[in-house]
Amino acid sequence: MTIRFLLDDAVVEVADAAPTATLLDHLRYRLRRTGTKEGCAEGDCGACTVLVGDAEGDGIAWRAVNACILFLPMIDGKAVLTVESLSQGGAPTPLQTCMARNGSSQCGFCTPGFVMSLYGRAVGAAGHDLPVADVIAGNLCRCTGYGPILDAAEQVSRIERDDRRTATALRELRASDASDKAQGWFAPRSADELAALLIKHPHARLIAGATDVGLWVTKGLRDLDLPIFIGDVPELRTITEDASGVTLGAAVRYAEAHDALARLHPDLGELVRRIGGLQVRNAGTIGGNIANGSPIGDGPPALIALGASLVLRRGDQRRTLALEDYFLAYGKQDRAPGEFVERVHIPRPAPDAIVHIAKLSRRFDSDISAVCGAFHLTMRDGTIVDARVAFGGMAATPRRAAACEAALTAAPFTEATIARAVEALRDDFDPLTDVRGSAPYRQQAAGNLLWRLWHREQGEPVSVQELCR
Amino acid sequence: MTAPKPSLPHDSALLHVTGTARYIDDAPEPADLLHLAFGQSTETHAAITGIDLSAVRAAPGVVAVFTAADIPGHNDVSPVAHDDRLLADGEVLYRGQPIFLVAATSRGAARRAARLGRIDYAPRPALLTIADARDADSRIEPTQRMARGDAAAALGTAPHRRTGGFAMGGQDHFYLEGQVALARPGEDGQLHLASSTQHPSEVQHLVADLLGISSADVTVEVRRMGGAFGGKETQAAPFAAAAALVAAKTGRPAKFCCDRDDDMVLTGKRHDFTIDYDVGFDDDGHILGLILRLASRCGATVDLSPAINDRAMFHADNSYWLPAVEILSERLKTHTVSATAFRGFGGPQGMLAIERVIDVVAASLGRDPLDIRTANLYGPGRDVTPYGMTIADNIAPALIARLRRDSDYDARRAAIGDFNTRHRVLKKGIALAPVKFGISFTTTHLNQAGALVHVYADGSIQLNHGGTEMGQGLYIKVAQVVADVFAVPASTVRITATRTDKVPNTSATAASSGADLNGMAAFEAASTIRDRLAGVAASIGGCEPDAVCFTPAGVVAGAETIPFATLCRKAHLARVSLSSTGFYATPDIAYDRAAHRGRPFYYFAYGAACAEVVVDTLTGEHRVLAVDILHDVGRSLNPAIDLGQIEGGFVQGQGWLTTEELVFADDGRLLTHSPATYKIPTAADRPDRLSIALWDGENVEPTIHRSKAVGEPPFMLAQCVLSALGEAIAATTPDRRAFPPLDAPATPEAILRAIAAHRA
Repeated sequence: MTIRFLLDDAVVEVADAAPTATLLDHLRYRLRRTGTKEGCAEGDCGACTVLVGDAEGDGIAWRAVNACILFLPMIDGKAVLTVESLSQGGAPTPLQTCMARNGSSQCGFCTPGFVMSLYGRAVGAAGHDLPVADVIAGNLCRCTGYGPILDAAEQVSRIERDDRRTATALRELRASDASDKAQGWFAPRSADELAALLIKHPHARLIAGATDVGLWVTKGLRDLDLPIFIGDVPELRTITEDASGVTLGAAVRYAEAHDALARLHPDLGELVRRIGGLQVRNAGTIGGNIANGSPIGDGPPALIALGASLVLRRGDQRRTLALEDYFLAYGKQDRAPGEFVERVHIPRPAPDAIVHIAKLSRRFDSDISAVCGAFHLTMRDGTIVDARVAFGGMAATPRRAAACEAALTAAPFTEATIARAVEALRDDFDPLTDVRGSAPYRQQAAGNLLWRLWHREQGEPVSVQELCR
Repeated sequence: MTAPKPSLPHDSALLHVTGTARYIDDAPEPADLLHLAFGQSTETHAAITGIDLSAVRAAPGVVAVFTAADIPGHNDVSPVAHDDRLLADGEVLYRGQPIFLVAATSRGAARRAARLGRIDYAPRPALLTIADARDADSRIEPTQRMARGDAAAALGTAPHRRTGGFAMGGQDHFYLEGQVALARPGEDGQLHLASSTQHPSEVQHLVADLLGISSADVTVEVRRMGGAFGGKETQAAPFAAAAALVAAKTGRPAKFCCDRDDDMVLTGKRHDFTIDYDVGFDDDGHILGLILRLASRCGATVDLSPAINDRAMFHADNSYWLPAVEILSERLKTHTVSATAFRGFGGPQGMLAIERVIDVVAASLGRDPLDIRTANLYGPGRDVTPYGMTIADNIAPALIARLRRDSDYDARRAAIGDFNTRHRVLKKGIALAPVKFGISFTTTHLNQAGALVHVYADGSIQLNHGGTEMGQGLYIKVAQVVADVFAVPASTVRITATRTDKVPNTSATAASSGADLNGMAAFEAASTIRDRLAGVAASIGGCEPDAVCFTPAGVVAGAETIPFATLCRKAHLARVSLSSTGFYATPDIAYDRAAHRGRPFYYFAYGAACAEVVVDTLTGEHRVLAVDILHDVGRSLNPAIDLGQIEGGFVQGQGWLTTEELVFADDGRLLTHSPATYKIPTAADRPDRLSIALWDGENVEPTIHRSKAVGEPPFMLAQCVLSALGEAIAATTPDRRAFPPLDAPATPEAILRAIAAHRA
């Protein structure tokens, strides 16, 4: 298949792109742009960070992504910047010279990735308004201890960039786009097209950000049968925010959804902020996080507690499903062949509801939960009238804690009620011991999250994060 | 006292930030290049009863497949004991061990094919843990004993006595550039190897033995590594040897660029240890007697474990006088990947043990641990280590006192006590602990280095030495030394890749020794040339050579000031050699390993750090809030580079003790084989406030410009984090006079476990 993208305003045409060829390998071994490095080939170290852009207004909306798990066809019709792009004019950017002066590199291998993350921040790429440490939490450095990198970022926080020419070139590129270039790769441009494709190929593999499926290829060495890329389906990329809540199209990326979700509840915003590094949140989607059915996917427990529902579509048929009903068993979801998740709706919690969402992992950033707990208590006059409690990491699927909910429902919000709910929680789950935590730890920590909720409601500081920065 | 040396940036800094610094996998690939992958064991300990590689050979892109039988020379990639096989021969000793080697036309083809081997195994019982191996008496060498006085008697008469133990985990190096090597066959059986190794000479010698050729036929080159930290001291060898084997057998260039997950499974890590202590002390917390048992998991082969465990013993005193002490060190052999060198080389494990003992003594007496630390420091009349070395420059008391003041330790400790009474869920802790780290390879003959300096007739200088650049700034430091000799800017010095055909028989760049050894060797080489140039200048200026002065303005001889380049040209015309080698061997060190007595170290590097932490007692989460460091690098060769080593070392040590957990399944599989599950610190884990100051002093020994080594010592500064976490946990039960049995790494789970144990 032929794909085309813009690299430093020049069109790169790849006539023989395999659907599972990665952008990183193409840059390094075909274009000989070896500044972009492979550190892990699974999206966890950021050494392969590049900027990918779409036309927006008369400029470009850039986002930092991991090139190692980005399939080449996913950047068809997009603009790409690598570390080499930054010295196209001959001289390095002020950010780079500052980093060089500042001792921001030691072995230098991770450095181009940091440069691209921080350059993205400086030119206003997605997530640029986050604290610097968040912007680079998806970039691992083993040498410096990060201080000199953070310093350099503070010193050069803004770089002007004129993308008008790139935007024009990108529009021309997309306009001249051959509509059917498919050979082993589909990239529908509308929801109807997607629905029709799935009727024709009911067992096709849907790809949104490839932050999970990418590893099937780079680590599992698998081929993908009939990949369908949904990142260019406009109807799946919409965010609707109203009094009832937030509705996210299935291909909305975490980074795009963050602000709306944070407005639903700050805990939800914080949860999303802690999913992957920024590069992962700039690629991965809430829809993918749900649809792949991971027992520890961080989104679902919180969304279940908030009462989220899914709209699934097959052909022209749609059905709505409570999110908790979607997860049937480990690796098994209530999705028929040919059906796809179109959108997820998350209701807005009542102003006086008690919402508490907590994720426990070895590392705060870019780690997967050992336990993720979400509590949503609807209150009336000091009594809990409705309780929705959901956990990830405690069972084969994200799921509600029925006994715990029963202990809370119609009970006064008191220490004694919490104690009973913690006790009841022991009947809800029989967690596993695995690489992220032992069963006893999970059981104890899950109960303690209820205690944390209690102490927080008493106005006590309960999170070590509150004492930072 | 000489002027401070300038903080020049890393010599490759501009190349790093522009993506133009070339690592081995970045070089243009030669035509006909073969890509390699290992077929790995799916059993933990087993005899191999059959190997069927027909599917591998038939796989797309596969050009050749090799097993142990194909190795022409010795099937050996080990540093000392000749017990590491490149490819398994009859048995496998750990899960993931290489059994066969695939060469294919692409990396993907090689990796896919490597999964198609059919190996028949007869499984044998596997020993996975320290306890397993101890029960089976499985050891890589006998338990070592280092002792002074009668520790048992001192324990018997001490007013107070405590026993206990804890465990500390290993650590993956997680260099960002994985293991990689590129071999190119030359004419007449010669071979050139680009290898990401800290030890080019060892790779050269092993490859020569493996192929049955001479060392003179193998050239190993390394310009830079994308991080190493000890993980490319011995662990680079199998990848280089594999590439060399394929190049030799096929006549085609061959590259082994290892996948991250495979790398983490295939290569050794820091040793995990268990510690048992029996300590006797007086009412003031002076340690009177100590029996310390250190046990480490060495893995399937010897590797460098004897020296690493020796270094753990050498550092089990840290900065403290132990009048009657017995240190026992068990080196256990398990069916796990062989543990290897990692920054600190056993020192961190030994030091963490004694710091825990101090914390226990303090908690038992209800005293400030810093007072107990101070009370036990070496001092006049109590200045001999358990291995009989007298400490020449005991700056620890003064250094700790200054950090105690500068960090405002006492006021902050009081404030933390107050915080802890006011908060139920969150508890804070603070700890200040010293570091004293012995500098030299404890294997004495390794303390040697060579350098080669060329001065060209245009006045430019080319520098080569046996040290390798892994990001630590060695190259720029040595270049500065050479530039200083000639009083020219460091930019005049072209730094060149480390190569075994330029400087032979080198030691690994390890043990923090890089600048000490290579800086001095390069100084010698440059000084030889300078003396020759001075002779030429003296004849021009009509003065004695001793009176010639090299200055930034030129070479001053009598009334003449000769530009450096002019002098070089004149020297060439006068037929004076402008090339010289230099050699250095560390003086005054000697060690009797059988008795564990002597002077293994040329000197000590010191430091201290103070960490403040907060713990969530419900979830076990924590944060390191603030860190103050005061560190001794002697007279710094480059303060900016040294500060970078200190900060990087601290954060790496913090990772070892907090987030970095290696998990093995019951069947011997490493479950934490990728950054998805193995968590090194991110920028967000760096303490909110981290201040670092350099101790103002100089080395008492005549090292290069009176500097001190800096690579490893700062790693151990992080031990105060574990102590501070223990303090915070202890605050959950303030009336208990005990220190929580907190294991490292202090994951949320480990912290909750320690809280529960402390409350019990």
